[in-house]
Amino acid sequence: MEVGKTLWLIILIKLAIIFLILRVFFFRPELSKYDTEAEKAEHVIENLTKQP
Amino acid sequence: MLLTSSLADASRLQFALTAMYHWLFVPLTLGLGILIAIFETKYYRSGDESWKNLTRFWSRIFAINFACGVATGIILEFEFGTNWSNYSWFVGDIFGAPLAIEGIFAFFMESTFFAVMYFGWNKVSKGFHLLSTWLTAIGANLSAYWILTANAWMQHPVGVEFNPMTGRNEMVDFWSIVFSSTTLSKFSHSVMSGFLVAAIVVIAISCWYLKKQRNREFSLRSIKYATVFGLFAIFALMATGHTSAVTVTRTQPMKLAAMEGLYRGENGTPFVGFAVLNPKKTWDNDENPYLFNISFPKVLSFIANGDWNSFVPGISDIIEGGYKYKDANGVEKTALSFQEKVDRGNMARRALSLYAQYKDEPDTAKRNQILSQAKVYLDENFEYFGYGFLKSPEESIPNVPLTFYSFRVMVMLGGYFILFLIVCWWLMKKKVLEKKKWFIFFAILSVPLVYICAEAGWVVAEVGRQPWTIQDLLPIGASVSGVSSSNVWTTFIIFAVLFTTLLIAELKIAFNQIKKGPDGIKWN
Repeated sequence: MEVGKTLWLIILIKLAIIFLILRVFFFRPELSKYDTEAEKAEHVIENLTKQP
Repeated sequence: MLLTSSLADASRLQFALTAMYHWLFVPLTLGLGILIAIFETKYYRSGDESWKNLTRFWSRIFAINFACGVATGIILEFEFGTNWSNYSWFVGDIFGAPLAIEGIFAFFMESTFFAVMYFGWNKVSKGFHLLSTWLTAIGANLSAYWILTANAWMQHPVGVEFNPMTGRNEMVDFWSIVFSSTTLSKFSHSVMSGFLVAAIVVIAISCWYLKKQRNREFSLRSIKYATVFGLFAIFALMATGHTSAVTVTRTQPMKLAAMEGLYRGENGTPFVGFAVLNPKKTWDNDENPYLFNISFPKVLSFIANGDWNSFVPGISDIIEGGYKYKDANGVEKTALSFQEKVDRGNMARRALSLYAQYKDEPDTAKRNQILSQAKVYLDENFEYFGYGFLKSPEESIPNVPLTFYSFRVMVMLGGYFILFLIVCWWLMKKKVLEKKKWFIFFAILSVPLVYICAEAGWVVAEVGRQPWTIQDLLPIGASVSGVSSSNVWTTFIIFAVLFTTLLIAELKIAFNQIKKGPDGIKWN
């Protein structure tokens, strides 16, 4: 196989793993469970003020 | 929510793994892009096909590295959102803006023109191809600039105002962030280390051809240019290393103390050339910090402050406070003790708590009075906000042995590369390099060494600033999300496998192309 094709294959497989597997199944942003910015702010401020 | 140290440690380890793997791919791109652009400029001016051959071969090595390395940094951004959600929210748009500029402008510029550079031979004009090559190289370095702007802000948070209503930092001075002393020193030092990596890789591969007695003209020409490029990089590294030390002295004195294994400063503090640290030494005992050391009198004072007799605080001094120092703006102040900083950090946290408690208070007069009072407390003490999370002085000390020895590995290897490049230049001048088998051995050995040197520099920068994700404002323990540590360990293993596979793929393809050599490759 030409090296150019091999490199394209590596890029595509890598991007598929990163965006279709890791992003979807393992890396959901923690704050995405809150619907509004105010709820996200409240959650983080609570963490910053209540933590011993 | 009580965040366990095992979660914080797992998140740290995962970030360290991904960042260190990422930095295996990046530096070659930074330097090799510039070297290729220089080679192509020679071809453009002379029309000599041998320059074109040189350009195309090194472009192929660049392409292999680019293909394997591209997007490995995106995983770091995933980790911010998932494992470091408190941190991600707290930094607000400070982190988002440089990363967005990097993604939209620099990265796409690099990727677009890289496609022209690699696939565009004989399809676009010579002039446009040359422009594309330069823009690829500049794009890669601009990309580094924006990433390092974000990193530098974590080490020296400037140009922001904390909004207690949202719990986020808001940018008030874009230019002070983009051109802070830490950004400039970090960018110049990191990029120059990339230039050095590229120079050493080019010299090593070319020396391998000389060892095999093939591609002689190609190799000697590559070595000649890479040597000059490498010498420029290593002397620039010395200069930028010095400015980095000056910046660290003013913004992260604990990091400097850890780099030196320094517990008690003095007027005219020596620089430790080499030492074996005493494992029994703690900040509050009288043990000698070193079992053995070779030091240079007063040199650290000069490096840090430009004054042979100035005072450089050690770890114990920083914890106890009371000494005079100059802040990042050059203003003389008296250092607070650890406990004073903790007290002020607690006041800032209590003020934020008041905000959260009373921001929806229906009695307007009462709300305004409490919030305005809280705002005063917050503004006065926010610079020590992160100390409110620390329980003991030990928590404010980074891993001293790892920082200390990594710094020495970096500096000693830097010294080795100065010698190596001067010898290389001398042997080239005398036209005897290809006969010196010992030098060819050292050239090939230098490839792993230059990567160790580059990684060691980042270990100093990142381990030395612990426990902070944002200097003085947010420690590790307060930055992590509430995800389970088993999730983090699962993705840690996935990353380890993915990155190791990518590295093996890169090395296998690169070795294969190197073996074929510039004459054995069928250009498409």
